[in-house]
Amino acid sequence: MTLVAEPRFDLDDTLPHQAHPQLVQVAAHSSRLSVVGTGERVLHPKPSGRPDPTAHLSAADLEALGRELDALRQQVLDSRGARDAAYIRKTIAAQRYIELGSRAVLLFSLFPPAWILGTAGLTLSKILDNMEIGHNVLHGQWDWMRDPKIHSTTWEWDFVSPAAQWQDTHNVTHHTYTNVLEKDSDLGYGLFRVDPDQPWTLGSLAQPFWSLLNALFFEWGIASYDLQLHSIINGEMPKDEAKRRWEAFRGKIIKKLGKEYVLWPLLSGPSALTTMAANATSSILRNLWANGVILCGHFPYGVDTFAPDSIENETRGQWYVRQMLGSGNISGPWIVHFLSGNLSHQIEHHLFPDLPSNRYYEIAPQVRDICRRYGLHYVTGSYPKQVASAWAKIIVLALPNKEEGRSRASIVAEAAGEAMSARVAKFKARRAAKRAR
Amino acid sequence: MSLAVRPARRPMSLRDRAWRVADALAKPLLPPGTLDLISPLRPGADLAGRVERIRLETPDAATLIIHPGASWAGHTPGQYVRVGVEIDGVRHWRTYSLTSLVDSPDGRIAITVKAIPGGLVSNHLVHEIKPGALIHLDDAAGDFVMTTPRPRKVLFITGGSGITPVMGMLRNHLHELPDVVLVHSAPTARDVIFAGDLAALSATGRIRLVTRHTDSDGMLSFADIPAIVPDWAERETWVCGPGGMLDAAQTFYDAAGLAGALHLERFRPHLIAAGDGGLLSFTTAGRTLDGDGATPILETAEASGMLMPSGCRMGICFKCVLPLTEGAVRDLRTGEITYAAPGDGVAIQTCVSAPAGDCQIAH
Ligand SMILES: Cc1cc2nc3c(=O)[nH]c(=O)nc-3n(C[C@H](O)[C@H](O)[C@H](O)COP(=O)(O)OP(=O)(O)OC[C@H]3O[C@@H](n4cnc5c(N)ncnc54)[C@H](O)[C@@H]3O)c2cc1C
Ligand code: FES
Repeated sequence: MTLVAEPRFDLDDTLPHQAHPQLVQVAAHSSRLSVVGTGERVLHPKPSGRPDPTAHLSAADLEALGRELDALRQQVLDSRGARDAAYIRKTIAAQRYIELGSRAVLLFSLFPPAWILGTAGLTLSKILDNMEIGHNVLHGQWDWMRDPKIHSTTWEWDFVSPAAQWQDTHNVTHHTYTNVLEKDSDLGYGLFRVDPDQPWTLGSLAQPFWSLLNALFFEWGIASYDLQLHSIINGEMPKDEAKRRWEAFRGKIIKKLGKEYVLWPLLSGPSALTTMAANATSSILRNLWANGVILCGHFPYGVDTFAPDSIENETRGQWYVRQMLGSGNISGPWIVHFLSGNLSHQIEHHLFPDLPSNRYYEIAPQVRDICRRYGLHYVTGSYPKQVASAWAKIIVLALPNKEEGRSRASIVAEAAGEAMSARVAKFKARRAAKRAR
Repeated sequence: MSLAVRPARRPMSLRDRAWRVADALAKPLLPPGTLDLISPLRPGADLAGRVERIRLETPDAATLIIHPGASWAGHTPGQYVRVGVEIDGVRHWRTYSLTSLVDSPDGRIAITVKAIPGGLVSNHLVHEIKPGALIHLDDAAGDFVMTTPRPRKVLFITGGSGITPVMGMLRNHLHELPDVVLVHSAPTARDVIFAGDLAALSATGRIRLVTRHTDSDGMLSFADIPAIVPDWAERETWVCGPGGMLDAAQTFYDAAGLAGALHLERFRPHLIAAGDGGLLSFTTAGRTLDGDGATPILETAEASGMLMPSGCRMGICFKCVLPLTEGAVRDLRTGEITYAAPGDGVAIQTCVSAPAGDCQIAH
């Protein structure tokens, strides 16, 4: 049994709809519900032998850090109010009007200036829809307003991935298991090797190419990932679940493609083709921007990963540390924050995924100070720098890790040789079988 | 109980039809909510209203004259409407009796609110809200309405803001009621809501008005009713006021064997005091469990074999969110209590919430 909340208000107050916290004994449930651990720390080096990045913190440090971050969260909760509600409402209204205006302009997209203006507007609207609005609403950041229309359980976005499927892979898997090897599939989406502790295969050589393709068609990459296409194809997913997911996905695509490539072009009459082109262009531009932001979140050099067994009995303090070490920020003027859905404050977002995004920049200095005091790095850099860093990693890790006394080239050559001889052996066996017949 | 009959929805005008077409077009072409930004009161939009004027009735009570959205279906005098207002960014729903004419030529409706000391919504509506504000509405409901055929003799007994549904009935039905007595209690003369209207009705002899200023005259006791209204037992009676008054009325009429002539409206039907643990009812599953105050609802339900939505189990993914339709829960991380009155359907995270009293969850 552990204590989780200190009384901060009068206990005899019985006003409904108001907070009056009370000391509660919480039985040992999910270990992350508490900042208090059960005993001494056990360290978990990574499979490659690289050390546990949290090794320098004692159990007491983790608890104190947990309490500090809990207090920071409470500070935001206590001041959350009309200003924040107005912010998200204005942002949504702006996005809606920009989309409406851009689509209206694109009705005349045969005329090049209209095409340029409409495409730019639509790109902006898609970026806002996906990032500052969609991503954050679907995280439940605005559920506290009790507006059933701006709510994580009802929101849908202009992204092919159905909101509910994205919430599964993103909110549940990624945010709970952030950067834990083998558990957080966002570490390379099962396609890319983004950590030296992930196994290298010959296929990894092509990952810069796949990564570029993924950036261009990011929306579709994410959708098939959220659909868990691989487990549908290899039959791991129960049939009815697969059917349900597939139908939700299909419904979404029909609606979205119907809107962008049938209905609006039809309304555009002679401008039909140019309107289609505008839709495709704005989707790709949005994809490139969003993919860049996402790469910056966890892939740049300096961001840590964690051993699979390091999260057993993890306390909330440990979970917080993992979020800070496992995320990277983007620095820049407010427009970068706004257009990245404040994912430029990835560290703050990962600490408190359900706090309103407009507050991340406010708490960033305090988070940074906590990192400094507890000896934790706070990875940050400009968008170009961080994107370049992530790409450098994707390119470098396309090659195998260096090994004692062997060059990377010789490892690749050996793997290629093995693959080749396996092919040859297979071919010979088949020919032998044929001859025997 | 009499079932209230609502006036039929008004016929569709050309403008209504145009909006329906716009709605049908917007659905596949535009993101949800675009038309709400342009015209929140249009036909087909979720019911809302715009506060047009605010009239102070007493220093702490005000009438709000509201332009309801086109989907407003009308009401029967005496009924109430649920009103949703945003205060500090959070939407709160409360219930207020309608005090307006059912067929006012401009189609406006009115509610009259008394600010309760410490009351969140009532103070906001009386003192803070400005004309032009958008509020959310529900369809009118309630069976505290005039009976049909109209009774020959009527007695209204009201206390404080309990005058509101009665004023709604008086304004709309008085011409059908030959004999009306109103016994109204308020702490002092300045606290009497609608004092001017009531005095006017009484001066012309249309109603017999007995006002009681409880600060000086003491609380009304039902034992005094026969002395104040000698023919009380012949009168169809409507009572609305503080809980104590309603309980006393019930007892008095039950004892007289006249419960059938008594109509009550409770303004405060649900008093939830936050406790520790409580009964957890899952309305869809039809299960009721004993929930302890330290175990997340998610775990209690799962331990009993229920299938529950869940994800991170630590309060970050919102996968476990379910509507709390009534009751109180405590956030195990912060200790914060969330309440839900019937109809509220407040979304709660079951993985970090424990019951703080009996709870109903729609699942
Ligand atoms: C059917 C119905 C019709 C109603 N019609 C009207 C009306 O016409 N005009 C009107 O002013 N109110 C009316 N009410 C009451 C109204 O819905 C609110 O309960 C009231 O305005 C208090 O809300 P609040 O947010 O200000 O108080 P809260 O912040 O919810 O509560 C503050 C404090 O006041 C207490 N409290 C809550 N409600 C009441 C109450 N009704 N009486 C006394 N104490 C209370 C609470 O226990 C708490 O201690 C009606 C209620 C019902 C159920
Ligand atoms: S299970 Fe993730 S918030 Fe409740």
